[in-house]
Amino acid sequence: MKKSFFSKQHQRLITDPMGDQNPITIQVLGICSALAITTQLANALVMTLAVIFVMISASMIISILRNSIPNRIRIIVQLLVVASLVALVDQILKAFLPDASDKLSVFIGLIITNCIIMGRLEAFAMGNKVWESFLDAFGNAIGYGWILVAVAFVRELFGSGKLMGYQIIPLSWYDTMTVDGVEKSFVYFNNNLMILPPMALIVVGLIIWVQRSKNEELIEND
Amino acid sequence: MNKESNIYTFTFAIIMVLVIGVSLAVTSEVLQPRKKQNKNDKKMMDILSAINIDASRENAQQEYDKYIYSSSIIDNMGRVLEGDAFKIDVLFQYRDKTLLPEERRYPLFKANKDGSEYFIVPMVGSGLWGPIWGFIALENDYNTIYGAAFDHKTETPGLGAEINQDFFEQPFVGKKIIDDNGVFVSVEVQKGGAQSNDPHAVDGITGGTITSDGVTDMLKNTLMIYNKYFSSLIEDDIKKDTLDIINNID
Repeated sequence: MKKSFFSKQHQRLITDPMGDQNPITIQVLGICSALAITTQLANALVMTLAVIFVMISASMIISILRNSIPNRIRIIVQLLVVASLVALVDQILKAFLPDASDKLSVFIGLIITNCIIMGRLEAFAMGNKVWESFLDAFGNAIGYGWILVAVAFVRELFGSGKLMGYQIIPLSWYDTMTVDGVEKSFVYFNNNLMILPPMALIVVGLIIWVQRSKNEELIEND
Repeated sequence: MNKESNIYTFTFAIIMVLVIGVSLAVTSEVLQPRKKQNKNDKKMMDILSAINIDASRENAQQEYDKYIYSSSIIDNMGRVLEGDAFKIDVLFQYRDKTLLPEERRYPLFKANKDGSEYFIVPMVGSGLWGPIWGFIALENDYNTIYGAAFDHKTETPGLGAEINQDFFEQPFVGKKIIDDNGVFVSVEVQKGGAQSNDPHAVDGITGGTITSDGVTDMLKNTLMIYNKYFSSLIEDDIKKDTLDIINNID
């Protein structure tokens, strides 16, 4: 039977990693960057785009080469492909988005060690055709990306009162008011804890909580 | 062909490395001019930030040309040398441990803002984890600090990394690097807080002592060199004034 170009299985390659097989919340991979660069939404978006690019290109390249890669050096070949793609991204960011490049600094380089990428190459792209590998890579990158964006959204909004660098919380909320002759600063404060790394873990934890309470199959029995 | 043979494996690896090496080298070379431009823009923004001018990447060159009217290079004895001060990479020099003190070059940028003259001094030092750097703008008495901007590569977030924040940089304004007796003393970043009336000290960052000390050392080591140059300028001024007076008497 000839499989259609975009069959049920194909769709699941994309939808699974976004939900019940999410690389961050279910497989707990790629936590390091989720924690480090999610203080600002803009950084999370640039990081997501970079990972989508690296992941898709690497998956397709490895899938094309999969029958000619010598088994003994396959991990090295995968690493080499990922590393050179990351170097490429780094160069392009330095040339065209220097400020984002400064802020993301080492984390662009650390995409190389993002377990999600190597994991999908070894587990999927080495054994599947190019189109399937593309879908799997896209699904996992998006699955990684939406968590990053969601966490960054919460952290930037409540940590800095901004989104994408624009003030969202009205500045008047921060004002001090004089009540009965006493000056009080109330109404609203930025939550400085949001900017610190632990809050990224807590926000990811909340997403995991919601996800598991909606789908009981994800809950371990012990 | 046997995919698992040594010859195949080696050939595959060599071809792979060649292809990737060449393509990365080409990309890097093609993007070089843009990267250099970005770096220059950033440097201009940093220099301007010392005199409290907020330039963006778009107008960096414009603003730089507007405010910075001259620059010069001096050596470690405070003598003026020929050359383009902007091209000197102080961070690169700082890392080069083989460079002799007399081979080091110190750029100085002269700015004119709202009719006043300022001297902008770039500096590099060591923090806890890596290099720290900054720009200090001095007023034309060669003594009073007009503005300070610091930055770092990898200091601890929330502690040493705070040296690039306003609350740390702002107190430097108005501090003096020379005491009442005309002796060079620099400005010290003090652990536990500085006396509010001390013209040669500012508050350190709690938990960021090593970075704070790094700033102190950086200020002292760099301003010491520039002070030699400034002293020679002051001497020249005095000589000129004396000559003027003598001429007037005649």
